[in-house]
Amino acid sequence: MARTAVSGRLIWRAATIAEARWESPTARTLVLDVPDWPGHLPGQHVDVRLTAEDGYSAQRSYSIASAWPEPGGKVELTVQRLDDGEVSPYLTDTVQAGDQIELRGPVGGWFVWREKSTAPVVLLGGGSGVVPLMAMVRARAIAGSKQPFRLIYSVRTPEDVLYADELRRRVRDDAGLDVHYVYTRKTPDNWPSAPKRIDVAAVNTYGWPPDFTPDCFVCGPTTFVETAADILVALGHDPRRIRTERFGGTS
Amino acid sequence: MTQPGHRGPMLDGNSMAGDLREIFAVDVTAARYMCAGCTHTDAVATLMVWHQSPGLVARCPNCDDVVIRVVRAPDRVYLDLRGSVRLEVPLEGS
Amino acid sequence: MGIISRGFGGRRRESVPGLPPGQYLTHDFPVLSAGPTPRVPLDRWRFTVTTETGDRTSWNWTEFQALPAEDVTVDIHCVTKWSKLGSTWRGVSLDTLLAGVESAADYTMVHSFGGYTTNVPMEDLLDGKAWVAYKFDGEDLEPEHGGPARLLIPHLYFWKSAKWVNGIQLMPEDEPGFWEAAGYHMYGDPWREQRYQGD
Ligand SMILES: Cc1cc2nc3c(=O)[nH]c(=O)nc-3n(C[C@H](O)[C@H](O)[C@H](O)COP(=O)(O)OP(=O)(O)OC[C@H]3O[C@@H](n4cnc5c(N)ncnc54)[C@H](O)[C@@H]3O)c2cc1C
Ligand SMILES: [Zn+2]
Repeated sequence: MARTAVSGRLIWRAATIAEARWESPTARTLVLDVPDWPGHLPGQHVDVRLTAEDGYSAQRSYSIASAWPEPGGKVELTVQRLDDGEVSPYLTDTVQAGDQIELRGPVGGWFVWREKSTAPVVLLGGGSGVVPLMAMVRARAIAGSKQPFRLIYSVRTPEDVLYADELRRRVRDDAGLDVHYVYTRKTPDNWPSAPKRIDVAAVNTYGWPPDFTPDCFVCGPTTFVETAADILVALGHDPRRIRTERFGGTS
Repeated sequence: MTQPGHRGPMLDGNSMAGDLREIFAVDVTAARYMCAGCTHTDAVATLMVWHQSPGLVARCPNCDDVVIRVVRAPDRVYLDLRGSVRLEVPLEGS
Repeated sequence: MGIISRGFGGRRRESVPGLPPGQYLTHDFPVLSAGPTPRVPLDRWRFTVTTETGDRTSWNWTEFQALPAEDVTVDIHCVTKWSKLGSTWRGVSLDTLLAGVESAADYTMVHSFGGYTTNVPMEDLLDGKAWVAYKFDGEDLEPEHGGPARLLIPHLYFWKSAKWVNGIQLMPEDEPGFWEAAGYHMYGDPWREQRYQGD
């Protein structure tokens, strides 16, 4: 008792890379073994800390992509490489199965979906902002929850789509899940529109109407989040039902 | 005196979760702050956070005033809350 | 220190001899910001020195530009651990700005557009140690780096070199500014590694 009280503070712990797999040519999922992982809610993230030989260290946040419980007790992160980045290229290209990284988490109790919530859900994701939204989609399936989810996923090109096969399969097997893609740089062949950014029409057509009082989760680069949240408000969604998480950078 | 500036590469209060959870036993990003400058109230997660600076600076999205500052020294954390008149912290399971 | 991440190098940095303790060399000029970048139109710009008795001396942009300027080449040291050597600036010396000011104050609070503040002892502003700079590397100072004008006080950590500077308040007692109130050192000498309170 005394020990837990004293050490109740969140600490850094070593996680071991159990497996790594490419989700796109530039994004990789790291499957982590974290001893004594306490479980997490979809939408939460961890902080990752890397330390160089000379003691220099860098810290970044990464959303948890997987839902809990996971049969093997593993935790998954998906990292999008930014070519001029300090940390992401290391996580996508250098680190290998068997290596260790330090992490702290799970953290964040606001940008989370809870299965007891009865509202329908609109998910707006830009780029790697889809990662915590994917955790919500996966958690909904594990919980066998009936609330319908609609995901609008803004991504540069078809090749950049994360979890493409899994999303296709889930949409096919689950009438309660819809996914609409917005391509900002290049569309698939025969796509009905030219590349464009997320707009009022897309959110109006592929989201839930404000009358349904959906819970809205918006995540991605800072500029994407601000645009998408403004669109929701303009369409009449209650700002108190809109939860946002900014990853930094521009879309 | 100044034209509306641009906000630059900012994050939001969600990104402070780890640093705050190292100090507090509960998650503070889900707590509600009340801004000392304009009395606006919302979740700490909705604050605008500048992180490319000597510390984390969290500002009120309604009036730009500083609400929370977090400075990390090697063996200490300084938390300056003078921009918040109060924090309302939900207690899980009670 | 945590576990070493095999193969992690981090941002390119060099530890070279002759830098203050704990500093790395950088060749670019990282932008640090604690809030929105103020865009100050030159016709609204003003710099004001206020004494402990409330006397004010102030310059608008045209008057300020008419003051004698100096070109200086200095090393700068940021508390976030980067140092930049041989940076070139043009600005007005604080000796010039404070020359006609009657004051017995030992301390000052530097103020900026956007609300930033930092405290500096009076003697650190005088004798060719500090400038209000408006050119960097031969170009007008960009808003991201503190333009139209910033304080330049290279012998202290760079948070003391307030961006978007608009005034100096002279004070009989020392008081903490924006970062000093949140845990940073009151003086901030990089050579004595005075980063945090108590260092
Ligand atoms: C709460 C939270 C959760 C996050 N979850 C994830 C996640 O699940 N997956 C993921 O890949 N990333 C995620 N991020 C972003 C991540 O933390 C890093 O910011 C990102 O990996 C870039 O780090 P870096 O060191 O490679 O780049 P840096 O060296 O920090 O930056 C390199 C350049 O890229 C720009 N930049 C920084 N961040 C972004 C961005 N997000 N988009 C575009 N440009 C940017 C910078 O301004 C800079 O010019 C999350 C961020 C937050 C705050
Ligand atoms: Zn406010």
